[in-house]
Amino acid sequence: MVKARINGITVKVPEGTTILDAAHKVQIKIPTLCKHPDLRATGACGVCIVKIKGSQKMVRACCTPLEENMEITTHDPEIVAVRRSVIELILSRHPNECLTCGRNQNCELQKLASDFGVRRESFPQYLPDIKPDTSTGTIVLEPRKCISCGRCITVCQEMQNVWALSMLERGIDTRISPAGDISLADSPCVNCGQCSAHCPTGAIFENDETAKVWQALQDENKYCIVEIAPAVRVAIGEAFGLPLGQNCTGKLYTALRRMGFEAVFDTNFGADVTIVEEAHEFVERFVHKKGALPLITSCCPAWVDFMEKFYPDMIEHFSSCKSPHQIVGVLSKTYYARKKRLDPANAYVVSVMPCTAKKYEIKRSGEMFASGHQDIDVSITTRELGRMIKQAGIDFASLPDEESDHILGEYSGAGTIFGVTGGVMEAALRTAYDYITGGKLKNIDFENVRGLAGVKEGAVPVGSHTVKVAVAHGLRNVEAVLSKVRLAKARGEEPPYHFIEVMACPGGCVGGGGQPYGVTDELRVKRGKGLYKDDEAHTMRYSHENPWVKKVYQDFLGEPLGTKAKELLHAAYKARPEYKK
Amino acid sequence: MTTTVVLIRDTDSGGADRTRDVHDLFTQKVRDAGLQNEVQVVRAADLGIYNKGMVAKILPQGIVYAGIADADVDDIVTTTLAQKMPVSRLVYCGANEQVRIVMRNCGIVNPECIEDYIARKGYQGIKRALYDLTPEKAIEELKTSGLRGRGGAGYPTWLKWSLARNAFGDRKFVICNGDEGDPGAYMDRSVLEGDPHSVIEGMMIAAYCIGATKGFLYIRAEYPLAIKRVQKALDDAYGTGLLGKDILGTSFCLDLEVRLGAGAFVCGEETALIASVEGKRGTPRPRPPYPSDVGLFGKPTVINNVETFANVSYILLNGAKTFASIGTDKSKGTKVFALTGKIRNSGLVEIPMGTPLRVIIEDIGGGVASGKKILAVQTGGPSGGVIPEQHFDTPVSYEHLLELGSFMGSGGMIVMDEDDCLVDIAKFYLGFCVDESCGKCAPCRIGGFQMLKVLEKITDGKGMPEDLDTLKRIAQAMRKASLCALGQGAPNPIISTMKYFAEEYRQHIVDRKCRAGKCTRLMRFEILDTSCKRCKLCVVNCPVHCIAGDREKGYRIDQEKCIKCGRCFEVCKFEAVARS
Amino acid sequence: MESTKEMSVKDQVKAIAGQWRDREGNLIMILHQIQGKFGYVPREVALLLSRELDVPLATIYEVITFYNYFKLEKPGKYNIAVCMGTACYLKGASQILDAVKDLLNIDEGETTPDGMFRLDAVRCLGCCGLAPVIMINDRIYGKVKKEQVMEILAAYKKNKE
Ligand SMILES: Cc1cc2nc3c(=O)[nH]c(=O)nc-3n(C[C@H](O)[C@H](O)[C@H](O)COP(=O)(O)O)c2cc1C
Ligand code: SF4
Ligand code: SF4
Ligand code: SF4
Ligand code: SF4
Ligand code: SF4
Ligand code: SF4
Ligand code: SF4
Ligand code: SF4
Ligand code: FES
Ligand code: FES
Ligand code: FES
Repeated sequence: MVKARINGITVKVPEGTTILDAAHKVQIKIPTLCKHPDLRATGACGVCIVKIKGSQKMVRACCTPLEENMEITTHDPEIVAVRRSVIELILSRHPNECLTCGRNQNCELQKLASDFGVRRESFPQYLPDIKPDTSTGTIVLEPRKCISCGRCITVCQEMQNVWALSMLERGIDTRISPAGDISLADSPCVNCGQCSAHCPTGAIFENDETAKVWQALQDENKYCIVEIAPAVRVAIGEAFGLPLGQNCTGKLYTALRRMGFEAVFDTNFGADVTIVEEAHEFVERFVHKKGALPLITSCCPAWVDFMEKFYPDMIEHFSSCKSPHQIVGVLSKTYYARKKRLDPANAYVVSVMPCTAKKYEIKRSGEMFASGHQDIDVSITTRELGRMIKQAGIDFASLPDEESDHILGEYSGAGTIFGVTGGVMEAALRTAYDYITGGKLKNIDFENVRGLAGVKEGAVPVGSHTVKVAVAHGLRNVEAVLSKVRLAKARGEEPPYHFIEVMACPGGCVGGGGQPYGVTDELRVKRGKGLYKDDEAHTMRYSHENPWVKKVYQDFLGEPLGTKAKELLHAAYKARPEYKK
Repeated sequence: MTTTVVLIRDTDSGGADRTRDVHDLFTQKVRDAGLQNEVQVVRAADLGIYNKGMVAKILPQGIVYAGIADADVDDIVTTTLAQKMPVSRLVYCGANEQVRIVMRNCGIVNPECIEDYIARKGYQGIKRALYDLTPEKAIEELKTSGLRGRGGAGYPTWLKWSLARNAFGDRKFVICNGDEGDPGAYMDRSVLEGDPHSVIEGMMIAAYCIGATKGFLYIRAEYPLAIKRVQKALDDAYGTGLLGKDILGTSFCLDLEVRLGAGAFVCGEETALIASVEGKRGTPRPRPPYPSDVGLFGKPTVINNVETFANVSYILLNGAKTFASIGTDKSKGTKVFALTGKIRNSGLVEIPMGTPLRVIIEDIGGGVASGKKILAVQTGGPSGGVIPEQHFDTPVSYEHLLELGSFMGSGGMIVMDEDDCLVDIAKFYLGFCVDESCGKCAPCRIGGFQMLKVLEKITDGKGMPEDLDTLKRIAQAMRKASLCALGQGAPNPIISTMKYFAEEYRQHIVDRKCRAGKCTRLMRFEILDTSCKRCKLCVVNCPVHCIAGDREKGYRIDQEKCIKCGRCFEVCKFEAVARS
Repeated sequence: MESTKEMSVKDQVKAIAGQWRDREGNLIMILHQIQGKFGYVPREVALLLSRELDVPLATIYEVITFYNYFKLEKPGKYNIAVCMGTACYLKGASQILDAVKDLLNIDEGETTPDGMFRLDAVRCLGCCGLAPVIMINDRIYGKVKKEQVMEILAAYKKNKE
């Protein structure tokens, strides 16, 4: 422990604690701009400077550890003046486009300018002339708004291990771009959107497709169907000041209906179907030795893209099962449309996702058109939905709860935990256990695969077998798991795992790239808790016991992994080049 | 049989540097005379002689010939090399009142010959350390010597070493900072080219003291000769068993390797340098942790300047007391400066600390070449400051220069005379820092750029009095909130010129005049009708065609359109264009 | 024909990477050698290098664009470096620079359309005693006067063939 004084207040903190964190302990807020709680400090902005007694210099609170007997001043007229100058300098290289910016009212730079009462342009503006990059259709890069804080770089390179983004040139010409100024679509970007979720400004932003949705809702010929992903329900409330992690499922259904959707479905139903298919695949491979082990989950499109680019040798290990929202999409335009006597050409399916990669997934291969149409017409993020609800004049916080529409809106507890890391594994194990042993699992809460450790491993006794599992989230953590698989393969040994779950985003979809801003581990845990509570509140906690899932199989799909199921619910993968240019 | 060495250096060339040509000629003639086994011809980096044309120094005799023409080469070969007789008409005798510690061997030993260095008691310092001193004792010796880092900030060398010695690490590193990015300084280059072994020996001593087993010499890629010589020296040291395993029969092991810079001034900053050696972008990182704790590849690392290491080997050889007897109270030993600018004898000078600036500039440097009035001298490179003439009696030392708002820096010393505009100079230095800013932190990246824009405005004749406040405000933000010393120091040239030459700024802003005529945008060009011979040369040369008229009426410049490029002034053969 | 040429580029990159593979922090040294061989770092080579060293292309570009020394474009046959270091600046380097620009009709960082000359303004070539200095390929010209520039360049222009 070190003891020191900050603004005269004594603090005791563990060795290595930064001045910033120590100050928070005694209710002192030091302004920051480049530091993000998820990421290591780079010291890029210089806004968090403080004074240490006995030194002429000012140091950065975000990356300077507190030392024994230090006397820190965090605020005095000189410090505030320097901070203001720095903020104004940053603004002199940043467009004044708040009114038309996606980050308006939710922007860390704007907030800082507002807190400091910046009222005039002290320095003339010199803006770089760089065009936005809209090539991916998932996220948009607007380097003009970039303040070179470096967060996205740390995210894309260190957290996600994709290395699509790089910091090019130097000095005033420093800019973010894929290597060699190619477009993001030609780069290894897997569309995870984590960069956009961590950017303090509007320089990286989800491709806003709300206009398309409004247009469809206006179109009398269109029958609008919507589905919401598991993770959306525990995050959307944040846009309306509701407590963090609160489950807003009922309010969401109400809001969507009031916005004009004719059928309000739930991706969780699709998750249950995914589990049924995936658990069958697992049993085939594990018990009947048909197919490669380990089986690897494929419901995260960023992960799929990552595998196709960086681990094509793992294709045979991938579950061919589509992700839940695609399943709801294809069933909407086939099963549901037939039941409703609806021309699928007129059905318009919107998926609301915590995710930017889903915007890519809906067109990623021919299988996403299994209904004969594009199964999902548009995918929007939680953030986009938040804005739409506001535009629709809906007082979300006070909405009553409603139910989803039958049948594709009914889900089990297992379906809902898809939105948090470890959830897919847990849901699949519940079902697989049943399939393999024919009996019920007593304790169905798999604590091993819960929580935020980057890689979680476990061995689950299933009858006379032991199923070895691994869960990784945040693409950085994939390597540790897959290199073991590769090694065992190369040596012709038993696989180290039988079943692997990967989610591209740290924390899983609750921490998705399209979720409301300001994600930290604390928030990930809260959102995750919201989902686990939803699971516990369900009496039905096994995907395969969802009676409506059973019914869809009976009425329409036939057997899991059967012909129809294969045709509609499965997809294939292929190696893709990291760089198209 | 002892070999004769001929060191060649073009100290003053009207066009191309002829060193290489004359070297080749010499080699040819030596071969023609059949002397190639006895005579070695070497290109020298610096002989301590300047502006004396082609110079050759013959060793071991020590004869110096200056002003050699191609035709003289034959004479030197046949008379001096073959018959050991001087060619008296070429002999040069120059006084040398400097004290040479760092450059003790430069121009005297053949830098490509390890035996030469050893013959001058080379590698005796490390031997003494290994045989007679524990690492602690050796560090103690450095402490007694009072040596401070020559790379700029003057951090006590012993303290740095002792921190690294006490830091925990399974591996430790020593790095020689040979980036020498300060424009207008080339001391380190001369030492690396002229006496690489002294630096290597210094690094060995450092490695021994801190317990490092691996070291790097980080050298600017722009110094190919230095790189070649250092590499040769390393190879020879390995060959002689001075590097590698079990050095000098002890258990001390050390590997040294050359790494190249790639054109980034900021890589002289130690954390950026570490990043660069690691093969990354050379961006500084916050300190602490300091490199002595967490340095190269995350391990404790000592980084010192070339000159610092050259001093270390001297100190271990000659003893701390000898070294400490030179210099001032807080600044011991000597300092090498690269004296350039408007000075008669530009070149390297090594002077004892405490020597007044005036002695360097007037006695050693010979004053201003043009005979014009000296205005100021700039020290400390792009983060340094100007020192006006009235302070020339100040002794050169870390503490005294700081008092004046400048600092020692790595040793650039640039003399400015009446023809120089201080605002323009400040703009020049700032422009350098803006170009070289790594761009990582906002205060430096944007602050420097904005300050430069303000200065451009002033030198373009669009300045306003309040611009000075803007400059001060940005300067404060940069000094306090920049991440590394580049950004923190970048405003210094402006602040110090504003302090000492406020009148110049006032003239530029209020009178819209540049005293020195450097800021051409503030100039007015006019054709003097009486002197004009109507040759039309200016008319055809004006890039914006703003000179009109005819042979009858004469020619006139349209002041509105004139872009002040000065072409007319330059081309007129009759001095008929006036500049004011 | 084409494929044998490609092979050789690949082999060259392999050879350079192989030499340095086991040394820590090798990227900059490797890029120096690559540039020494090809005159710049073509994208094709950067991609090969990325694969060969298992270093992300992003890192390679981050490094190349950070350091002035590395080029992404083909250099000229003759590369003119005008020193704009302090000593040279004080002695009129900007006029020399302007003269070269005028004569070749290109700006800093540009190459003449025929690929003959590339012009760069550089910082201190370490021969400040000879200021102002220009360097063409590896040859240094000291105490250059504005009027000499034409003459110096003419010698190179002659070599056009
Ligand atoms: C922007 C910048 C550039 C620097 N350039 C050099 C340099 O070229 N050579 C050098 O020895 N030190 C340079 N330094 C100082 C080094 O960071 C470091 O202090 C020095 O190498 C330590 O060696 P010393 O203790 O022997 O002086 C530079 C510092 C900064 C901030
Ligand atoms: S990024 Fe923030 S400050 Fe910039 S225009 Fe958008 S809202 Fe305004
Ligand atoms: S905040 Fe100011 S600029 Fe923005 S909309 Fe309101 S009045 Fe206009
Ligand atoms: S979306 Fe993901 S992969 Fe693409 S640039 Fe952003 S962080 Fe990198
Ligand atoms: S794009 Fe955003 S996160 Fe990335 S460097 Fe710019 S401001 Fe920071
Ligand atoms: S983890 Fe979830 S939110 Fe993140 S990319 Fe994958 S599916 Fe999208
Ligand atoms: S002060 Fe300048 S050079 Fe130093 S880290 Fe900041 S931007 Fe880079
Ligand atoms: S200074 Fe230049 S623009 Fe002005 S008149 Fe002379 S040649 Fe023309
Ligand atoms: S060049 Fe001189 S002499 Fe000739 S027309 Fe111009 S001003 Fe007159
Ligand atoms: S928040 Fe500390 S430097 Fe940016
Ligand atoms: S929300 Fe669909 S898999 Fe995460
Ligand atoms: S300033 Fe031009 S060579 Fe040093």
